[in-house]
Amino acid sequence: MSLPKNLRFLDSHEWIETDKEAPAVGISDHAQSELSDVVYVELPEVGRILEAGEAAAVVESVKAASDIYAPIGGEVIEVNEDLTAEPGTINTDAFGDGWLFKLKPSDPSELDKLLTAADYEKSLG
Amino acid sequence: MSTLSLHESPLQDAHLTAGARLIGFAGWNMPVQYTGILPEHRAVRTSCGMFDISHMGQLFVSKNGAEAWLNTELTNDVAALAPGMAHYTLLLNAQGGVIDDLLLYRLTDERFLLLVNASKVTEDEAALKASLNASLDLLNASDSYAGLAIQGPDTARIAEALWPDGPTLPQRNEVITLPMPHGEAFVCRTGYTGEDGFEIFLPNEDAQDLWNQLIALNVTPCGLGARDTLRLEMGYPLNGSDLSATRSPLEAGLGFFVSMGKPSFTGKEPLIAQKAHGVKERLTGLIMTAKGPPLRASYEVYDGETSVGHLTSGCLSPSLGHGIAMAYLPTALAKPGRELEVVIRDRRFPVTTTKKSFYRHPSS
Repeated sequence: MSLPKNLRFLDSHEWIETDKEAPAVGISDHAQSELSDVVYVELPEVGRILEAGEAAAVVESVKAASDIYAPIGGEVIEVNEDLTAEPGTINTDAFGDGWLFKLKPSDPSELDKLLTAADYEKSLG
Repeated sequence: MSTLSLHESPLQDAHLTAGARLIGFAGWNMPVQYTGILPEHRAVRTSCGMFDISHMGQLFVSKNGAEAWLNTELTNDVAALAPGMAHYTLLLNAQGGVIDDLLLYRLTDERFLLLVNASKVTEDEAALKASLNASLDLLNASDSYAGLAIQGPDTARIAEALWPDGPTLPQRNEVITLPMPHGEAFVCRTGYTGEDGFEIFLPNEDAQDLWNQLIALNVTPCGLGARDTLRLEMGYPLNGSDLSATRSPLEAGLGFFVSMGKPSFTGKEPLIAQKAHGVKERLTGLIMTAKGPPLRASYEVYDGETSVGHLTSGCLSPSLGHGIAMAYLPTALAKPGRELEVVIRDRRFPVTTTKKSFYRHPSS
């Protein structure tokens, strides 16, 4: 599948929107497929200030717990509460309803340092 | 660990064809899952699944006197095991700790097969050889045998379809020998899931054909991931996690498989003392019924402000929908119904002690 062009990526498989004032963050379809069967999601507190690269959330599959890192710095202004009841949404819609949290960027230019969809796709080989 | 150094199952190509994700396990490159742990777990609980267990080790012991010698090496009573039957037993060190837990097949009066954990084949063989009676044969045939575990409520139907002209599926814990194109296979009505099922160990060269026949019968390929959640729901221990060289079978709650009435066996003396004084800690079941993260091995357990142990195994039970785990806890805390806490990422979550058989089949 081709990746949404409005997203930028970390090589640790997080994505972030580039065309929103409060961009959403999630994990890539490749990452959900590698994890499979997401059964628990731990989300950051609204209002928490994150630095780029900081562990912000935890996604747990049956087999393992994975830290999710903030792609850029900013304040958490909303979290996807629906995932608490339906963590499997990350498996079925990683780039859509499976988003984790939204940030108010502290420095939007940090987005430019992230992988483009094309570069991320290449990194998957 | 580099994948280059890992043993390959004779079914490796079949796994890749079936979409397996392979991981290093006990020195083998084995499937952890195909479609996913949850659907594979469900297949075993509701229909039928199959696991590649080719990584398990096979040690043959034979000749006159094999029974008497094995009875001094293993905890269960070999004299009580009839030819054509199998039982669960343990190999201990001199301190009474567990080297390995295994199945002992009595193929004939004087021919035995030990099915041992992949990670312990070398250690088991060395421990046995150290005291081997010169008149007996001990053969490590692990490299020659593949293995499949067929598990689930549809097992009997699958076996009939697989072998319409016989053999008949053996009774529970019964072993039969089955001629195959490249040698003998051993079929035993045993398993590690709590479901009906059988395990078959067969020549490497015959494994692919059997796999293909089972695929054609719609048996679901299942990986190590589901094998772990299924065994944990039954409270079955995993050596290396729940059993170790520093824990005795009495601490692990496996006293049923230790025949203290036998004159002697390796590790008996320390167990006599443990019996007399009572064990200090016991492997205990824990459940977390409130919403929370999956329980996992190594998480610390607290009784109030006191650290009382660490989880040896844990998961979110796919059948029950809540957390289940095991931990060695002080005997005073090891009875069902104690309220404790488990620390997960610096937060505490309530757990309750329980019996280790977490899951009960709806029909039983």
